[in-house]
Amino acid sequence: MKHLLGVADLPAEDIDRLLTLTDSFAEVSRRRMPKVPALQGRTVTWLFYEDSTRTRLSFEQAAKRLSADTLSFSVSTSSVRKGESLRDTVETIEAMGVDCIVVRHRSAGVPHQIAGWVSASVVNAGDGWHEHPTQALLDCYTIREHLGGLDGRRIAIVGDVKHSRVARSDAWAFTTMGAEVTLVAPPTLLPPSTEGWPVRVSHDLDGVLADVDAVYLLRMQQERMTEALIPSLREYTACYGLTRRRVDLLGDKAIVMHPGPMNRGVEIAADVADLPRSVVIDQVRNGVAVRMAVLFDLLGSGRDLEAK
Amino acid sequence: MAERERRITPPFGGVFVARTQVLDADDVRRALWRMAHEIVERNHGLEDLILIGLQTGGVAFAAGLAEALAKINGEAPPQGTLDVAFHRDDIGLRPVLPTAVTDIPTDLTGQVVVLVDDVLYTGRTIRAALDAVHTYGRPRAVQLAVMVDRGHRELPIRADYVGKNLPTRRDEMVNATLEGVELGELRKEGR
Repeated sequence: MKHLLGVADLPAEDIDRLLTLTDSFAEVSRRRMPKVPALQGRTVTWLFYEDSTRTRLSFEQAAKRLSADTLSFSVSTSSVRKGESLRDTVETIEAMGVDCIVVRHRSAGVPHQIAGWVSASVVNAGDGWHEHPTQALLDCYTIREHLGGLDGRRIAIVGDVKHSRVARSDAWAFTTMGAEVTLVAPPTLLPPSTEGWPVRVSHDLDGVLADVDAVYLLRMQQERMTEALIPSLREYTACYGLTRRRVDLLGDKAIVMHPGPMNRGVEIAADVADLPRSVVIDQVRNGVAVRMAVLFDLLGSGRDLEAK
Repeated sequence: MAERERRITPPFGGVFVARTQVLDADDVRRALWRMAHEIVERNHGLEDLILIGLQTGGVAFAAGLAEALAKINGEAPPQGTLDVAFHRDDIGLRPVLPTAVTDIPTDLTGQVVVLVDDVLYTGRTIRAALDAVHTYGRPRAVQLAVMVDRGHRELPIRADYVGKNLPTRRDEMVNATLEGVELGELRKEGR
């Protein structure tokens, strides 16, 4: 692979290869000295036009554990403020000799655009409402770790699907790997059309919970409140929040997932987030290993061969 | 390990064709038996000793050595397996993927680590293994056991325990398993 721009067009073999590679990097992370020289001499840089804590730190930790050099760049304190165009910024950064650019941008398609401009590898770390491929991979990995695989597993994705790139990437990745996905949300928080999506849609969370192996809660984006898409947060929690009562509807082995940051008391009850079946912390931990696998796949293995 | 990878990696790809059988299964068993005795002799027993088989070719030989050591000493030493993929020096030059997850059961600090591989050739796999071992602690000593030493070293590395010294040409290939050791070459497919 040269770039990782999305999972929608990633075949099952590629996802499977990356997840298997992740096993090895998870082992590296457990070592006394969790660092390997695999990407010595490669440089990774971040181009984040949107706020991020965990994704940014997770990529940085992954790159450092692979011995890659990292160049930090903060859009808010850079020449972007002075009106530099995206293309000029990207070409300037590339001219300094970077091998990989990790991009997050509020507009869908920006990573694809950048990939067409540069010879470095591009990783999409979230573009608008479109895709967040490394999140989907770490979610697949976490499900595989806890449920033994994805094939035939039933997964409910609950909440603000409309504005969620995580929901899109997860829906594609989970179904590519053979899982059955049900989107659960009020009609106003679903995309205008889910035609062409390999998913089922429901508006009744209670009716879905008994039959799923994993329930994936999306962050309720409080800034959406101004758009009057739901009557109130309290009403949302009453209908779609994972409360203690609803947890009891789940099967014994079903797990609870959340991409973070959590709004405790909104989409997930405060005590539910700390139950043993909540794997949120595992998701974060696996994120580092998955991103190591992605960076190694793009920048390491056989890379100079392809360049020739 | 390097041998096996060369076979599946372009531009070296091809099919191994055996020309001569150098050792049969009994010879291999006897060689392992002798190496096990040498390990006990050199280390005055098996205290703090751990066998680490290199993926993939060394793992079976490590198990064979452990079995022999158990017969000699009454108890088998702990075993681990190591995949050196992320420590190799040719990562960009060819596809490098781990074949298995590394499994090292203990902290290696203060231990005597015996690395076990099938064929010692350029020494680059062992260089990578030495690098990898130190991410698990600081061993008291690291020793190397190989079934076949075929020469052509590219680094200052030697084996402590050798099943068979086998002079080869660079274009030849050695296939070493518990079933025997064969000398042959790679045939390009379709020729």
